[in-house]
Formats: sequence, C-alpha cells, structure tokens
Amino acid sequence: MDNEVHEAELEIRNSDGLHMRPAMRFVDIANGFECDIAVSNGETSVDGKSIMQVTMLAATFGTKLKVRAEGAGARAAVDALRELVEDKHFDEPTPKQ
Amino acid sequence: MKLVDFVCFEATIPELQRNDRDGVIAELVSSLDRAGKLGKGNCEEITAAVVSRENEASTGMGKGVAMPHVKHEAVKDVVAAIGQSSAGIDFLALDKEPVYSVILIISPVDNPDKHLQVMEAVFKHLQQAKFRKFLRMCSDSEQIHDLLIEADEDPSL
Repeated sequence: MDNEVHEAELEIRNSDGLHMRPAMRFVDIANGFECDIAVSNGETSVDGKSIMQVTMLAATFGTKLKVRAEGAGARAAVDALRELVEDKHFDEPTPKQ
Repeated sequence: MKLVDFVCFEATIPELQRNDRDGVIAELVSSLDRAGKLGKGNCEEITAAVVSRENEASTGMGKGVAMPHVKHEAVKDVVAAIGQSSAGIDFLALDKEPVYSVILIISPVDNPDKHLQVMEAVFKHLQQAKFRKFLRMCSDSEQIHDLLIEADEDPSL
C-alpha cells in the first residue's frame, strides 16, 4: 500500500493559468495527502506541496502538467487534483465563457 | 524572463518607513508612481486594489518574503518594485513570521501569460535560501540592483 504510485496528465483550462491563487488551492489539496506529489511541465519537476515551486511552473492555459503521486493515498490525491484542475478549472473562467 | 526586464530600480526602497502591510504597499505604489511607471493610474486606487487582492489570499508565502500583486489597467507591461524592512513587517504571512523583503508587482489586465512568466522568474530566486539571505543583507538600492543582475546570470542564486 505504501508503494502506491499514480500518475496523470492534467490540462490547465482556466484562462489565467496556474497563477498564485490557483496554485494555493492546488497545494492545499496536495498537502491533505500523505503521499509525495511531483508536478512536471516537461522541463521542470517540482514539489506539488510547495506554493513557490508550483507557481514557478508558470503553467499557462492549455499547458499539460504531469502529476505523479507516490505513497499512501496516491490515487485519491491525483483524482482530487484532477477535479480541481480540469473539472472545476479552479472555479475561474475558461476562454469559452 | 529576467528580473531586470520588469523590476524598476528607480522605485527600490532600501528601508521602508512603514511596518504594516497596507502602509508598505502604499509606499511601494507611490514609489512606482514617482518613477513614472503608473501612467495616469491613481495611487490610492491601485493601493486599494493590491490590498483587496491581498485580503483574498496572502502573498506572504513564508520565509520572510511577500509578493503583493494585482492586474491593473494603469500599466501596459509588467512592472515591479522592491522594498526592504530591517525591522520586519506584519504581512499576515502564511507562516505568521515577519516579512523583510517585499516585491510589488503590477501586471497589465490582458496578458495573463506574461504575469505567469514574471511569477516564475521571481519565485525561481525567492525560493533559494541564498538569494533571500543576500537580498535581506542589501542596504541600498545599488546593492539590490547588483544582486538582481547577478541572479539573472546565475540560476543557482
């Protein structure tokens, strides 16, 4: 159970991208899980639990981020992050709205 | 993106007068205005917008640094000002510790991607303990200018 690993690609769907407030919500959810969470934009991989590092990804609208969770609750963590990023798009406007 | 591309060095305040969050924001906004960076923007109105953004969620990210920011039509391009406080500012930071270095950023309303690139450039350095320490040690505007130039050349700083 401790070796649980789960990965997913999440697409940024809100127009303003992953700026500081969305990044805070991301980090809040990530910190609710015991597993390690790494987030990568293809060039840089950062700690998904650090607000400075997540904001540093500069993920604009349409960016695809790879999220990799390892440890207890990995699948639930990735599912929760997918809901925030893709389903709720951080409760921010998308370009179509 | 480089720090020198958007930081206005004429607006640097090496020793802030105020030690409260809103007062410091007002000082830095006025400094950008005096440097001619805010066009026809009204200082009080821009200060209020930054404070309002700050009330939504603190940009005092911990470790003695804060990055208050707002998107405002007064600017056509991103502009930033740095202020330092040796006494420490009560910035309602996430770690509840005082803030010693403040980077105020005003971004245009219609360029979210540029705003993200600026955030990336700032956090790349602010998350390095060495950079935070050197920034805090700077006692005048020239030293801050030199540090930022050095940081732009050295990704490990």
